[in-house]
Amino acid sequence: MRGLDYLAAAYTAIWIAIFLYLLAIGRRARRLEREIDELRRQEPRDR
Amino acid sequence: MDDSSRIWRDRILPGATGAFMVAAIAMVFLVVPSEREQGVVQRIFYFHVATAWICFAGFAIVAGASIRFLMTGSEGADRLAHASAEVSLLYTTLVLVVGPIWARPIWGVWWTWDPRLTMTVVLWTIYAAYLMLRRLGADDDAVRRYAAVLGVVGSLTIPFLFLAIRLWRGIHPAVMIAKDPDAGLKDPMMGWTLLVANVALALLFAWLVWLRTRLIRIDEQVAALALERARA
Repeated sequence: MRGLDYLAAAYTAIWIAIFLYLLAIGRRARRLEREIDELRRQEPRDR
Repeated sequence: MDDSSRIWRDRILPGATGAFMVAAIAMVFLVVPSEREQGVVQRIFYFHVATAWICFAGFAIVAGASIRFLMTGSEGADRLAHASAEVSLLYTTLVLVVGPIWARPIWGVWWTWDPRLTMTVVLWTIYAAYLMLRRLGADDDAVRRYAAVLGVVGSLTIPFLFLAIRLWRGIHPAVMIAKDPDAGLKDPMMGWTLLVANVALALLFAWLVWLRTRLIRIDEQVAALALERARA
């Protein structure tokens, strides 16, 4: 079928881009969790 | 955040996004008929057009939220503008990647400096600059205000993008606005597929913006707390 490879390439590109963005959001969320944990660990020493 | 907001963010919105996305993919690949002249490759149209329309709406949200931030100083509006710009830029990138994949078998070239394509690159560049500006001066109130002005000015490109086909002669088709009786979507299922793809991508947009807005808020709170601890 003519153009099937282009169709597959287009939708693969869309899903890869969305997946990579979700992965980036997940990584930022994990970094923030680590920073919050770090701040919590510092808390008892301050008091 | 109350429980109902959390249920919307963590359950209802991703669930509805997933359901509509599965429906849209099924309609594109299994239900909708192929266009007679272009064949199967025309099915790229449904997600290409939907991502374009939603990125325009997203940049309009950036402009509206930026105006609110400039007028009232609302932190929430500033976060919404930032998150919306980021997700809209992702959608514009998809338009610019998927468009050439469709253009190659139909026009015979990957890229041409057609007015609409050129204006899309201009739009992408403006909001890439907006995000770089925000990243460089995240803590500086003046930089946030400059970024807000850029967010408003950048959105002025959108009417030109819509009018590009009428104002300047290009090869990009105007499927939905053409007065030619031979143009447009022939089969009613094509219209339904476009609608479902639009709803799926709009829900995905809303969910991603919601997630990013929340992360930006937490990031700001963590940075403020870390600064406070460092000073103590």
